[in-house]
Amino acid sequence: MKKLINDPADVVTEALSGIAAAHPDLRVDLEHKIIYRSDAPVQGKVGLLSGGGSGHEPLHGGFVGPGMLDAACAGEVFTSPVPDQMLEATRGIDGGAGVLHIVKNYTGDVMNFEMAAELAAADTGVEVVSVVTNDDVAVQDSLYTAGRRGVGVTVLVEKLAGAAADEGRDLAGVAAIARRVNDAGRSMGMALTSCTVPAAGQPTFDLPEDEIEIGIGIHGEPGRRRVPLAPAREVAEMLVEPILADRDFTGDGGTLLFVNGMGGTPMLELYVMYREVSQILAKAGVGVARSLVGPYITSLEMAGCSVTLLQLDDELMRLWDAPVRTPGMRWGA
Amino acid sequence: MAGAGIDAAALDRWIRAFAAAITEHEAELTRLDSAIGDADHGANMTRGLKAVVAKLDDGAATGPGALLKQTGMTLVSTVGGASGPLYGTFFLRMATAVGDTDTLDGAAFAAALRAGVEGVVARGKAEAGDKTMYDALAPAVDALDAALGGEDAAGALSAAAAAAAAGRDATTPMQARKGRASYLGERSVGHQDPGATSAALLVQAAADTLG
Repeated sequence: MKKLINDPADVVTEALSGIAAAHPDLRVDLEHKIIYRSDAPVQGKVGLLSGGGSGHEPLHGGFVGPGMLDAACAGEVFTSPVPDQMLEATRGIDGGAGVLHIVKNYTGDVMNFEMAAELAAADTGVEVVSVVTNDDVAVQDSLYTAGRRGVGVTVLVEKLAGAAADEGRDLAGVAAIARRVNDAGRSMGMALTSCTVPAAGQPTFDLPEDEIEIGIGIHGEPGRRRVPLAPAREVAEMLVEPILADRDFTGDGGTLLFVNGMGGTPMLELYVMYREVSQILAKAGVGVARSLVGPYITSLEMAGCSVTLLQLDDELMRLWDAPVRTPGMRWGA
Repeated sequence: MAGAGIDAAALDRWIRAFAAAITEHEAELTRLDSAIGDADHGANMTRGLKAVVAKLDDGAATGPGALLKQTGMTLVSTVGGASGPLYGTFFLRMATAVGDTDTLDGAAFAAALRAGVEGVVARGKAEAGDKTMYDALAPAVDALDAALGGEDAAGALSAAAAAAAAGRDATTPMQARKGRASYLGERSVGHQDPGATSAALLVQAAADTLG
């Protein structure tokens, strides 16, 4: 293992400490591993809380700030945070208008947020609504399984629901935007390499030089299938085809095309992928009105990418363009 | 356990033995989780049980119920992932079932264990055959109940541990329907479930310390 770390056991805490030092706009509670915007709670505004395992940066802590999240809880690498953290953060960001929990659909995240919401109801009186993201078309959805994973669309939910909260909408209204975004978005990811969890010390799976994994999530887990390495053009087909097969994206408002890097892929390659994906979409009659390219929801140093497509309408477009000021996403403010 | 009964000191031994077994098998749990999960089960359980043992060393909790509750709360607060809420709920439900009792006889312990397992099902919504820790725990509580009539305590707990181990082994050919392994679909077949593996260690620890 070759990593810029001191002790594997200290990675998360030391990174949080670095975030605190780098970003005076944020306040970091190292004991509870919570990143707050420094002016939280914002009175009268719905509070937005997310969280998850570490290793996906800038998600979620890098999206704390005006126009996006009020706080984010960090777990160990690839491990959900615990209910105590979420409860503490929920208390810390409630400005009297309630708190929205944005939860990626993984068994651990869902269970820990569920326990936190139960505790919040019992102990604090803060009104909590949870929205679970599940946009990954690689997973067959079924009542009898854990269901689809929450991946790229989570970034978009945090931005758009954050903008809705900034506009002064109430908790139900902000939650409705979050659900609408999740319903209108689909994602599919692939890996060129595995990644190494610091505590494990070796790559999570072996992937030979000439093979790639299609249908991965964001935890270094293997995907749905392994195929021979192919040119970007063909990889783009493998990612876009199942997305378009799952939902109609030819609506009037156009789409937001989000090409995400998994952590170890250069922007140069992400733009090659963007080109290939946008050409496929053009042929399929899918218009692209907004785009996002870069590593926003990552899997440590994994090389690879994911494609997320979101059907826009006038309202979502306005919320996307609204000002945002966070370490990981910043415009108009 | 039929003789003197199970008191707080016995439960303390059980939980410490479980912690020692998890530490000893950390690398194995991580290896199993690398194949079909995200390579963190060993590290997470070890971290949580270290915290549990530290709490036992403090000696604040006295009766069986308090000790089980403290263990459950500590696991929920320190493990994270799915294992934290699941193992935490297991011990919290056991604590509720035990109530204020000072000493448990075999039937009371078996009933508490069953309540714990029902808590796991309520939290995780797993069913038999989903390739989860439930596949080791369910046969263990059934075997314990069945053996309590005839066997002595040690024999009943050994039967439970054997059933848990068999349940663990039976997860290998299963296709996962819950947890992160479910994302692999058919590729989860042929791998032993890490959660069922740690759950079998829990039951084996009971056989080693409470019989």
